Amino acid sequence: MTLSLEAVGYRYAGATRPSLLEIDLELAEGAVIGLVGASEAGKTTLCLVASGLAPRTVGGQIRGRITLDGEDVDGWPMHRLSERIGIGFQNPATQMSQVAGTVFEEVAFGPMNLGLSRTDVIDRTWEALSSLRIADLAERDPLRLSGGQQQLVAMAGLLAMRPAHLVLDEPTAQLDPAGTRMVAAAINQMAASGASILVAEQKTDLLADIAAEVIVLAKGRVALRGPAADVLADDRLAQLGVAAPAAVTLRRAAATAGASHPRLAEALRG
Amino acid sequence: MAGRDRLSESPGANRGVPDFLGRPGASPYHRLNPLTKATIATVTAIAAVVLGGLLGPILLVSLAVIGPAAVAGVLGRLVRTALLLALPIAISAFLVNLFFFPGGEAVLLRIGPITATAEGLGFAMEILVRILAISGAVTLFYLTTRPADLVVDLERRGVSPRVGFVTNASVQTVPAMVDRAAQITAAQRARGLDTEGSIWRRVRGVVPIVGPVILGSIAEVEERTMALEARGFTRPGRRTLLWSPPDSGIESALRWALVLALVALIILRVTGTWA
Repeated sequence: MTLSLEAVGYRYAGATRPSLLEIDLELAEGAVIGLVGASEAGKTTLCLVASGLAPRTVGGQIRGRITLDGEDVDGWPMHRLSERIGIGFQNPATQMSQVAGTVFEEVAFGPMNLGLSRTDVIDRTWEALSSLRIADLAERDPLRLSGGQQQLVAMAGLLAMRPAHLVLDEPTAQLDPAGTRMVAAAINQMAASGASILVAEQKTDLLADIAAEVIVLAKGRVALRGPAADVLADDRLAQLGVAAPAAVTLRRAAATAGASHPRLAEALRG
Repeated sequence: MAGRDRLSESPGANRGVPDFLGRPGASPYHRLNPLTKATIATVTAIAAVVLGGLLGPILLVSLAVIGPAAVAGVLGRLVRTALLLALPIAISAFLVNLFFFPGGEAVLLRIGPITATAEGLGFAMEILVRILAISGAVTLFYLTTRPADLVVDLERRGVSPRVGFVTNASVQTVPAMVDRAAQITAAQRARGLDTEGSIWRRVRGVVPIVGPVILGSIAEVEERTMALEARGFTRPGRRTLLWSPPDSGIESALRWALVLALVALIILRVTGTWA
């Protein structure tokens, strides 16, 4: 199960310049790829393109090739793509369907749209709720949850669709540290279950914990890419408008100050 | 009446259809089918306008709004909400009709060039009762019906889920925009925006709030649309329904009777049979 982007470029309708240029990306089963970059670097646009929403829903012009397991998805309708690729956004509130009276129905919304049997819908819903450890929220009104809980419900809704690939656009942007930890644990759970995940994030500390590979975008192009530990420790990160993880910053500060202690070095490595 | 009408049991499911789906409402009125409550609200609102006068609408409101609200235990909330909804338009309509009723002769009060007449007062009272009847009927419906229940019920009857979604989203847009406006107002005031004092200052204070509220709402709609698309909402074919609100032959007959009674009332009024 691989989602591939080959030399993909994208321009929004009415825009004079493309927002993405020559993007190559391969999202293989179980992989977690982090996406960072300064504001306007193209992170959200890449998420929309990878999920298929751009240009299908958003409009605009796309170039290059996007394939799912080698099959070109050009011409696939959005509802067909949505069974294979899920996308989550940064604002948890806008991801609630508003037609569900309970969290259970909210999570079941996607499978219900697919016209599955009720048994399948119910099984998928419980499974998604359980895998993100929010089954105890099933009876609650989704519109009366905290931001972190709503984001988890939104993710459970995506999981219940059982997509092979997940695209998450800054899922923790509006969350407090507790909500961020919940989402990080959820992403690890989803990757462990075999889903491949592309996650755009400003919080490099979070990416250091969850991503195996990190891509840095600048002005719509890939500026850096490689193993997360290497990219997030790269000196060029600051020039590209990305803050290094706290551990990297502290390690550099300790090195500059000449501080060395075996336990400090061990902690910073972790 | 059953708490819900399961379309069928699902013995193959690991944990079955959750009991909390479609949990029965708190009172007999809550437990009516959403379409029945929607019919009662619609017929009451239209009939209050068609009936005219004072006594007819007052009796209608007592019977179809105040009585059921008391049974449902929501009378206090109904009065507060209905008044809040209706007051701005009710007050302006009342004043306009009181002071500017054409042809009024029995003068009650003169304020400069404008005159309040007894005829104007009578007509203003009629308008006031109609507005309160409409507001009360609509408020009772929303206080006793979960929007999700109405959507499911409409869908079960073959109405497109998009229609249900638009209906529900329209209802929920108002409180969402009020919340957003409150947040933006607080943020703007924290940065020195003056929204108190004279009317002119208040009007000036509203201008920097309106833009962000509208633009923010538009942006949210776009993201909401994408989130729905990403969850297969546009897939052709019928959706799976897990449950549906209970309905009965008696309720169906009641709905038809109400609609026919309304049609008859309109015909009587139009033909002048009922003056």
